[in-house]
Amino acid sequence: MPTLNVNGKPYNVDLPPDTPLLWVLRDQLGLTGTKFGCGLALCGACTVHIDGQAVRSCITPLSAVGARKVVTIEAIGQEKVGKAVQAAWIGLGVPQCGYCQGGQIMSATALLKQKPRPTDAEIDEAMAGNICRCGTYTRIRAAIKQAAGQQGVKS
Amino acid sequence: MNAPLDLRRDPEVVIANVSRRRFLRDVSALGGLVLAVGLPAAVRAQQAPKYGADGMPHGWVDSPLVFVSIAASGIVSIVCHRGEMGQGVRTGMPMIVAEELEADWRRVRVVQAPGDEERYGNQDTDGSRSTRHFFDPMRRCGAAARQMLEAAAAAQWKVPIGEVEAKNHEVVHRPSGRRLGYGALAKAAAKMPVPPRDAIRLKDPAQFRYVGKGELKIVDGPDIVTGKATYGIDTRLPGMLYAVVARPPVYGGRVKSFDSADALKVPGVVKVVPIDPSPAPPHFNPLGGVAVVARNTWAAIQGRNALKIVWDDGPNASYDSVAYKAALEQAARKPAKAVRNEGDFAAAMAKAARKVDAEYYLPHLAHATIEPPAATARVAQGKCEVWGCFQSPQAARDLVAKRLGIPPKDVTVNVTLIGGGFGRKSKPDFGIEAAVLSKAMDGKPVKVTWTRDDDLHHDYFHTVSVEHLQGGLDAQGRPVVWLHRSAAPTILSTFDGEAKLKAPFELGMGVINVPFAIPNIRIETPEAVAHTRIGWFRSVSNIPHAFAVQSFVAELAAAAGRDPKDYLLEVIGPPRVLNPHQISDTWNHGESPERYPIDTGRLRRVVETAAREAGWGRSLPKGRGLGIAAHYSFVSYIATVVEVAVDDKGALTIPRVDIAVDCGASVNPERVRAQMEGACVMGVGIATQSEITFKDGRVQQDNFNTYEVTRLPGAPREIRVHIIPGDFGKPLGGVGEPGVPPVPPALCNAIFAATGKRIRRLPIRDQLKA
Repeated sequence: MPTLNVNGKPYNVDLPPDTPLLWVLRDQLGLTGTKFGCGLALCGACTVHIDGQAVRSCITPLSAVGARKVVTIEAIGQEKVGKAVQAAWIGLGVPQCGYCQGGQIMSATALLKQKPRPTDAEIDEAMAGNICRCGTYTRIRAAIKQAAGQQGVKS
Repeated sequence: MNAPLDLRRDPEVVIANVSRRRFLRDVSALGGLVLAVGLPAAVRAQQAPKYGADGMPHGWVDSPLVFVSIAASGIVSIVCHRGEMGQGVRTGMPMIVAEELEADWRRVRVVQAPGDEERYGNQDTDGSRSTRHFFDPMRRCGAAARQMLEAAAAAQWKVPIGEVEAKNHEVVHRPSGRRLGYGALAKAAAKMPVPPRDAIRLKDPAQFRYVGKGELKIVDGPDIVTGKATYGIDTRLPGMLYAVVARPPVYGGRVKSFDSADALKVPGVVKVVPIDPSPAPPHFNPLGGVAVVARNTWAAIQGRNALKIVWDDGPNASYDSVAYKAALEQAARKPAKAVRNEGDFAAAMAKAARKVDAEYYLPHLAHATIEPPAATARVAQGKCEVWGCFQSPQAARDLVAKRLGIPPKDVTVNVTLIGGGFGRKSKPDFGIEAAVLSKAMDGKPVKVTWTRDDDLHHDYFHTVSVEHLQGGLDAQGRPVVWLHRSAAPTILSTFDGEAKLKAPFELGMGVINVPFAIPNIRIETPEAVAHTRIGWFRSVSNIPHAFAVQSFVAELAAAAGRDPKDYLLEVIGPPRVLNPHQISDTWNHGESPERYPIDTGRLRRVVETAAREAGWGRSLPKGRGLGIAAHYSFVSYIATVVEVAVDDKGALTIPRVDIAVDCGASVNPERVRAQMEGACVMGVGIATQSEITFKDGRVQQDNFNTYEVTRLPGAPREIRVHIIPGDFGKPLGGVGEPGVPPVPPALCNAIFAATGKRIRRLPIRDQLKA
């Protein structure tokens, strides 16, 4: 039975190896903060971190995860950058319906971990895969800059 | 925070008769809360005049016994009876109650109501109506609860009521300085009579601490950013099964035959269950098809892929968007039924010095909420409990009951957070599917999840329309004659298979009620037959109507050689107050024509404000341009100025948008801004990218690679919202929807200013490519 490491805890998973990580998280482990939106890595709602990289869990089969460390929105606040991103999201009132925001926060956190002071173009590129149908994008940009401590800095 | 609680339903218990048993039941039901005790019929709305909240099913309720509970700990629980889908209603509505209650917001908890309109009043969270219909009832509700607390304190102290005053979660005896907290008073307050409406003392809005300030964060924010918030798709129950449904690919089709052998071999698949189709017209009922029920969602999806189904496509198998556009154009080019006719169109047009005509096209749109429709149901012992992302929980309750053949009282509909609604989740077909499947699985809980292709293929689509306009100018370039023929299948077709003409509520969305100072106006509505399910989409018919009307005004300005903003103001004419009925709009967004007249002064003011704030007239580099549009909808007035940049290759970016909004006073200005920003982004997507097309009766788009919506790089770099200050003594306007309609025409007008190219067909997509 494959073992999965999610948010620092080991889980035994009794599902076929082609099962996407998304459905393992949601249906088996009960971690519903990771959302389904498209199933084809087109919307970013399912974004998680695997070894610190932003990954679309809806197209990542269980077999591809192996022993690597999975972190979901439920635990990203335990990391310094994730916590700063969550705080900026609240502070600037980013969420509307909120459904996509877990994925947005996971993508933004991965970006800031790699590029602590991203340019506008780098923000555009890193966040282009995350759709927000409520249209909170101007606040997402501002919140990423706030979390990066570089509010108002132009590219 | 948003876990649905089973609130009490007993309509008989009144506050004067709180039995010990009743009291204990309340405590257990609400975890220690003691003020709430049930619904006294006497304090419900008694008469049903026809406008506003009074005109909605089940009207309004303003009883504190229904909406407010106070625990001995002092925690105040306030019921939100409307669905939260990003508009901020779970913050704004309880804020109104807390304001009048003099509650300390930090000690307020929000409880989501289940679907029960007998108890809570209308719960249809659509039409940009929640705040405008419930601001007054929620104020009275909070004030009545405050007065009950004051009465309890005065009785305890044996002092005149005039000497006590509720202030920030406690009641103070002014002469002695004695104080009692709300928690300590709750039990005694619950025994006080609810003050009659004419004895309710509302706060002076100048004393508001929360309402109008925009300083409170949304109540669900912390849960949202930590992944704890639960939506319709997130329900988990013990023993729950997971289902997806293969639905007829053509509306009106049905299963001819199916083979489930391979599906049943997929590991995790439990059962394959046919769902009967619903008779036409579609209403909110399931489409039928074949469901695969499994131990997890992925297994259900794999099982569905393995189904072999032969479909009978039915009467809409030839629906084709290219051919249908041509048919609408043909209809729009012939005289049709006039629904508004002022002056003499033919004579005025014959005399016009200059004639302009244009046709505008807007395709079908899908709501594409990022949370697809999803619901869970459990049928047990003749009763059904449903959990889902419902904008209309009472409709879900009634229709689940009807489908199962049980009384509505035996159906409980719990409302989760709604992961995007935009009108899609006003239709609870997915909840009925879950109930049917739970029943078929002997009462085991079943969650139905729509995949993205399900959502795009089987939406209640925004209509498709051709707008045909003709205008005539006099020798000075002034507009003297206006004809608008609006051809589009009607939402009525979803409820009446014979309906071919636009309903008053569609005409009243910016086609019949243009408040223009033009002496000859003729509005016509040709027939159009629907071949798919047509539904409400955020701001509804205002989208195509505003696109056509506001583009055409700019086209007339260009023909007259005038500045588009100045010309728009001239077309609107001088400030005046119009009775919408007198310009043939019998609907007026459901509001009283006296209470909500069309005020062209307010429309002018948003135009002037948006233009001023945007720096209208400033010089711009080559390839840049400003466009303006203004629109009255949901009894609010909005003008939008878009700045575009179009490069040599035709790539479009939007550096900045300025929006002026007059929605009356704003309960939560911060969320008004958020709604305008979001509406702007959605409007940009409608203008530039989104299109649903049909071929052979089938939707051709499957996912976000072919049904494109705005992504972050395509969003405006800056959106500036300018709120016109309002007066809480005057009626409020809508906020959730009216930001959308001005965006596509303002954007296209900006493109014209930047490039000289006039866009008449949406989406723009590659029309600007060199």
